[in-house]
Amino acid sequence: MSDSTHLRDDLDTVAYYPGCALEGSGHAYNRSTKRLARKLGLKLVEIDNWNCCGAMEVKNIDPDIQNYLSVRNMSIAKHKMGLDVVMAPCNGCYHNLKKAEHDVTHREDTRETLKKMAEKTGQPEYKSGDVETIHALDWIKHAIGEKNITGKVKKSLAGLKIANYYGCMYTRPRHIFPEKDQGEGSESTSKPHFMDDLLRAAGAEIVDFPLKTACCGGAHTLSDCDTSTQLVLNILQAAEACGADVIATECPTCHSGLEMHQVRAEETLNIKTQPVMLYFTQLLGLAFGISPRQLGIHENISQSMGLLRQKGLV
Amino acid sequence: MPIHEESLIRPENLRKHDELNIDDVDVSGHWSTFIESRAVSDYNEQLEQEVAAFPGGEFIHRCWQCGACTNSCTVNAINPDFNPRYWIYLVRLGMEQELLRDKDIIWQCVSCHKCTHVCPRDVEPEGVMKALSHWLEAKGHTPKSQSQHFDEEFYQQVLETGKIEEGRIVRNFFNRTGQPLQQPWLIRMVKNMIRGLPILLLTRMGLATLFRPKTKDWSKSKASIEELIEMKESARKQILEGNKSS
Repeated sequence: MSDSTHLRDDLDTVAYYPGCALEGSGHAYNRSTKRLARKLGLKLVEIDNWNCCGAMEVKNIDPDIQNYLSVRNMSIAKHKMGLDVVMAPCNGCYHNLKKAEHDVTHREDTRETLKKMAEKTGQPEYKSGDVETIHALDWIKHAIGEKNITGKVKKSLAGLKIANYYGCMYTRPRHIFPEKDQGEGSESTSKPHFMDDLLRAAGAEIVDFPLKTACCGGAHTLSDCDTSTQLVLNILQAAEACGADVIATECPTCHSGLEMHQVRAEETLNIKTQPVMLYFTQLLGLAFGISPRQLGIHENISQSMGLLRQKGLV
Repeated sequence: MPIHEESLIRPENLRKHDELNIDDVDVSGHWSTFIESRAVSDYNEQLEQEVAAFPGGEFIHRCWQCGACTNSCTVNAINPDFNPRYWIYLVRLGMEQELLRDKDIIWQCVSCHKCTHVCPRDVEPEGVMKALSHWLEAKGHTPKSQSQHFDEEFYQQVLETGKIEEGRIVRNFFNRTGQPLQQPWLIRMVKNMIRGLPILLLTRMGLATLFRPKTKDWSKSKASIEELIEMKESARKQILEGNKSS
């Protein structure tokens, strides 16, 4: 079940796992995701009393603790809430839940460790395939689809040139995403296109962007600032060279990394770059006629209101 | 694994004669460059076992040296000395001294997972990089890296409350590593951030620093996590100390 290459169909009500970043720096992503759900008639039920997934850090202390953190959330969704799809908008959370699913399915030692921990903490044991974890992109793509998006557009994103940035954790490593690379209709790990499909359906002009899955240095965004700034600059300058006004994002860590190091590159290297960052949920929301304030666009560090006004979207 | 390493031919191993005449043939300059014989005797036979004992290092034995990891590596593109394939090779041969030449950059792996994505043998080189930096610290070869400080701060918060609060992580990390919070780029970023924020959200963020976000009934989870860490650490200690005494 958990090696399933097919995503579940019924996505009208899903368990929602926002994660820590969406309660902090990624608040605008949280806000716009919830707004979008309401607009599209999809129900998000937040996982009751969830915990941090461990992000990129706890696995370095011990991978099985990271797995414990993930399966605790998945177990609550399944056993307490009776839901079998968990939707995580953050790449880090999404990746970690997928990784835990993979390890529970394929590693006897992980299964044993987690079983013991579940006994000690009095939680029901998580079994492979109990839930399916999907990303916010999977959710909109499969629950709504491009055709319906086009039908719902009130303000077309036409005239907006967008480079879609997916980051690392959405596609790598491939073995934890058995449903990807399955031919037509499925996501590609080498050239992901779900965000392209959705935003194109909302009228945007998608530029051919080679650094879709390049790394922004997010794991070392503070601990190795200079490397991160350089990696972010690669992405910003490539997007600019491709003619993009906007870099669309689908991860709070990537998004704030791009914003932070755009400022840092200006301050420390005196290199200015033009593209502004917007979450894909904010862009879709704008197309559906939701106000910028309700989408949290004022919460972004990168200032996009000028551009949006100029393009007649606000 | 008889792989020739160009990097082993280092300036300090080269002998050159400006003027050299052999059998009436002038071979001065470039022709007279000799590489000193290089015999390695200081192997650490347990090196692979030691590294494998750290989280992420357990599959290092699978490597067949194809080089896909280094080829795909994000950090290698910035710094050619960052060479995961070579380090895995050295660990498997037990060439500790050679490995230590690069000890100060190994921690810089950004965990982009490109290597693990392309590795045909499921070595999970990204994990090996983390295991290597932990090994370097445990053996006293390097001080705690910036990344390790960050990981520990993050882990502590998750352990205590089940959740993290980003502002607190940033402040504590800068404190731990002795960096000032008042860096011009950070100040400008915070200014940019606050500019558009409504009072309500600012209040909420302020409250989050005072009343930290918490997962309820976390104490059993905390105890269970601590127990697991203790168990794994003592197993690791045994391997490292067992090797020292032997």
